[in-house]
Amino acid sequence: MAVYFDNSATTQVDPDVLEAMLPYFTEKYGNASSLHSFGSEAFAAIVKARKHVADLLNASPREVIFTSGGTESDNLAIQGAAFHNKGEKNRIITSVIEHPAVLNTCHFLEKCGFDVVYLPVDEEGFVSEEDLKEAVNSNTSLVTIMAASNEIGTIQPIESLAEIAKDAGALFHTDAVQAVGKMPMDLKNSHVDMISISGHKIHGPKGTGALLIKEGVKIRPLMYGGGHEWGMRPSTENVPGIVGLGKACEICMSKMTEDIQQMTDMRDFIIDTTLDSIDGVYLNGPRENRLCNNANFRFDYIDGESLILYLDMEGIAASTGSACSTGSTEPSHVLRSLGLTPIQCRGSLRLSLSRFNVMSEAEYFASVIPSVVEKVRAMSPLGDKKNAIRS
Amino acid sequence: MQYGPEVMNNIANPRNSGVMEDADGVGQVGNPECDDVTTVYIKVKDDIISDISFQTLGCGAAIASGSMITQMAKGMNINDAMNIEREDVAGRLGGLPEKKLHCSNMAADALKAAIEDYKKKSA
Repeated sequence: MAVYFDNSATTQVDPDVLEAMLPYFTEKYGNASSLHSFGSEAFAAIVKARKHVADLLNASPREVIFTSGGTESDNLAIQGAAFHNKGEKNRIITSVIEHPAVLNTCHFLEKCGFDVVYLPVDEEGFVSEEDLKEAVNSNTSLVTIMAASNEIGTIQPIESLAEIAKDAGALFHTDAVQAVGKMPMDLKNSHVDMISISGHKIHGPKGTGALLIKEGVKIRPLMYGGGHEWGMRPSTENVPGIVGLGKACEICMSKMTEDIQQMTDMRDFIIDTTLDSIDGVYLNGPRENRLCNNANFRFDYIDGESLILYLDMEGIAASTGSACSTGSTEPSHVLRSLGLTPIQCRGSLRLSLSRFNVMSEAEYFASVIPSVVEKVRAMSPLGDKKNAIRS
Repeated sequence: MQYGPEVMNNIANPRNSGVMEDADGVGQVGNPECDDVTTVYIKVKDDIISDISFQTLGCGAAIASGSMITQMAKGMNINDAMNIEREDVAGRLGGLPEKKLHCSNMAADALKAAIEDYKKKSA
């Protein structure tokens, strides 16, 4: 059995998405800026895709800027807002559990002389409204807080956080790469000013994404060139990629309600059975306000990487928050920010679902995980050695 | 990142893993608070390592290294086994990713510590 439970890393391209893209490589290869029929064909495809992306986020097509993915969208939003307001407003506020695309952009801005504030999170990964109220001031150009955590699934109260930013005269950006398609997002009826999304997390192609920028919001572009994307992101459009992202958004929109229900059922089954069947296992992240496709555990006395390797031998693809490198294990900054010790972060396991997963896969996981954990624990010099078996 | 076939073979079927209750020498390296930990247990008869096992709280490379060093040292004279170098373990595994070399270092160091423990106890 091959079970793919690593959909927060990337997803399979939906066959309908691939089919929609293919003609734009070979037959309909025009440059959308050209006036001839090849060009208009490509132009029309981009218009259609832009509408699908806008619809999924209840935005207007003019508010969609196509990019190369989540990382570029985050960089464009954050650097764009910071440099547009430089000199007048120099504070940027973010949180400690953001994706590296946000955190490392903020570290870069610190080196450029900006004042960056990293808000803490509680033991379930939530940013507090009070902390944001204390941190924002009239010198703040941007608040950037992720919609939902890629690691532990925590859904932030972005609406109330965005309102606090608005009251202080700051822009609000959210990295919604993991949230899109797994919860409703609405740019129009929201105080959020910018939303980053990525194609390959929602069964679209890698190398595609978008930044939604609310009408009237001014930021500086990262690159200069032709006037593509209203000058916000010059470069000849990646027409097949944009078509694929549009199709992926169209499918997400039409299936979202049933997708969310299906993934929630599988997630809850996985969480309940794992916590019930194994000793020394804990859920990372909250039980409520959690992404419908995310389960993240930590197991006492084992190493996440070995758990991943032995699960892979059973046909299950998952991921861990602990990365062992350069002489020591570097636990995930997200798990550390919850107040966990490095040793507690060691045995973490993330399972992330998609609409292509089925309940029988969750049942297979539940049948395999106790023996895999037992096997890895038997090899561990820590914990209850009496369980150890000589091989 | 990818492990080579010999590394994967030793992860899939770790040799000589598990605790040894009646060991003559035990060596543990690593910091249980924040790092990998590898323990090597030996039984010694007439200066020969007659039985050996390992445990590790570590990644795939740590498991493979523990499995490999027990195979290398079993049946060896303890003085010869002291000469097994860190690089030898990674070499016998067909190489390890650079970031994982410390895992094979731990296995070699744990074996040396186990032999020293035996020598101290039997002195």
